[in-house]
Amino acid sequence: MRFVIGLAAAAVALATAAMPVAAKEWKTIRIGTEGAYPPFNFQDSNKELQGFDIDIAKALCDKMKAKCEFMAQDWDGIIPALKAKKYDAIVASMSITEERKKQVDFTDKYYQTPARFATKKVGGFTAVTPEALKGKTVGAQSSTIHANYLEDLYKSKGVTVKLYGTQDEANADLAAGRLDGVLADSVVLYEWLEKGDAGKCCQFVGPDIKDVKYFGEGAGIAVRKEDKDLKQQFNKALAEIIKDGTYEKLNKKYFPFSIY
Amino acid sequence: MTTTPHPEAPPTASGFFGEARTGDLVALALAAVIASLVLSDWPVAIGTWLGNDIFVRYWPRLAEGLGVTLQLVAISIVLGGLLSLPLALARFRNRGFASTLAYGYVYFFRGTPLLAQTFLVYYGAGEFSDTLRGIGLWGFFKEAYWCVLLTFSLNTAAYQAEILAGAIRAVPRGQWEAAHALGLSKPVAFVKIILPQAFVTALRPYGNEVILMIKGSAVASVVTVFDLMGATRLAANRTFDEQVYLWAAVVYLLLVETIRRVWDLIERGLTRHLRRRA
Repeated sequence: MRFVIGLAAAAVALATAAMPVAAKEWKTIRIGTEGAYPPFNFQDSNKELQGFDIDIAKALCDKMKAKCEFMAQDWDGIIPALKAKKYDAIVASMSITEERKKQVDFTDKYYQTPARFATKKVGGFTAVTPEALKGKTVGAQSSTIHANYLEDLYKSKGVTVKLYGTQDEANADLAAGRLDGVLADSVVLYEWLEKGDAGKCCQFVGPDIKDVKYFGEGAGIAVRKEDKDLKQQFNKALAEIIKDGTYEKLNKKYFPFSIY
Repeated sequence: MTTTPHPEAPPTASGFFGEARTGDLVALALAAVIASLVLSDWPVAIGTWLGNDIFVRYWPRLAEGLGVTLQLVAISIVLGGLLSLPLALARFRNRGFASTLAYGYVYFFRGTPLLAQTFLVYYGAGEFSDTLRGIGLWGFFKEAYWCVLLTFSLNTAAYQAEILAGAIRAVPRGQWEAAHALGLSKPVAFVKIILPQAFVTALRPYGNEVILMIKGSAVASVVTVFDLMGATRLAANRTFDEQVYLWAAVVYLLLVETIRRVWDLIERGLTRHLRRRA
């Protein structure tokens, strides 16, 4: 009896040990995204996830001959939920940074856009250095590269930093006049400032900000560190959609300029 | 005319709290620990000693957040308490505008989530910023801290009004009648006779409300206030290390345990007339 149990235990141990080696077939890939970051990912009026991130993920899944299932997850918990295996990959405009690389693996970038400040058209500021913004209040979405940038470089210089659950909330507070400015991805801000009425109050200010230490090397798809094969498949598919023009088509669908 | 001898003082055990107990010392020690968490940075020294970098880096922000949480809870409980008295009194009227208003107030604030109320006040005020600016109230509503304090005070006032109204109702009618027979006016009877007895009944539910408020105050973190929960979330987001939530849980536990023990103390003080003399 004891022998049988021992044998069974050994078999289980062996199977577990062998698992990461055997290439898992990714027939279904569960993809986590935020769903509150237009135009990259958002929920339309039918609660369907839409946006550039979603379209890119669908194109990649087509190339990989896999079925993609999308799920929305609050930004704050998006990496912990990946590690907890709620889904297998994050396609949510996540910038590839050193800090995040310690937690998850990233594919090659699938787009790269700079960060920029926005401020009120009336009574806003004109210079965006930490010294110039002393005494002002600026906002960003929490646990983003923009939040880290403000927390590390601006807060110590006497700038009040406010952090929000979503970018929309930060924008709303800028429009209401609670914030003097926001720092966010330039394309996300472009969408808000140029399309629709809500952003009419405000405008871009200052240059593009590309500090690699904070803003990384563009947005990539995050996967768990043990899923090297999934990362490879994503990279291969990514190269293919860039080569065959699918990427360019999707880019044009959303933006009149290249964001790669 | 003979003077009546001064009536003997009611039987009381020695002092407000009676004999000191070890539990009292624990309560005092806990309160001192919490104060020291906010005011001094000894935990950082311990973190350094343990070699816990994350703790050393982020504890000061948590301590600052703890201070904000304590402020929010203390101020809103007091303001809510003041507001609850007229509300509770209005609830005693059988009809009339004041009674309906108080009923509606309690109905709304107890019937909707604190989170929804906070969002409503904060982002609602944001929507009407121009109007508020026009009437000079924007300075108040601009700050997330004041919005949160307002919401919390209004919310706890509703709960406290119900606690108080229930406790006043629980005082036997005979007490009113006895006061009347002694020639005391209604307001004097209410303040000197009814209210003190009602407080004995209300004490435990009040303690409950304070504890709920301590935990509920974490809602402040969703509208940019860096309370204990807000600071914790920031630290967890920066480090991707969930141990931060564990520290916060320990601090919240510490707060609630302190309240529990302090409440034991206060109860002993308020019920000292019910104790046998040694």
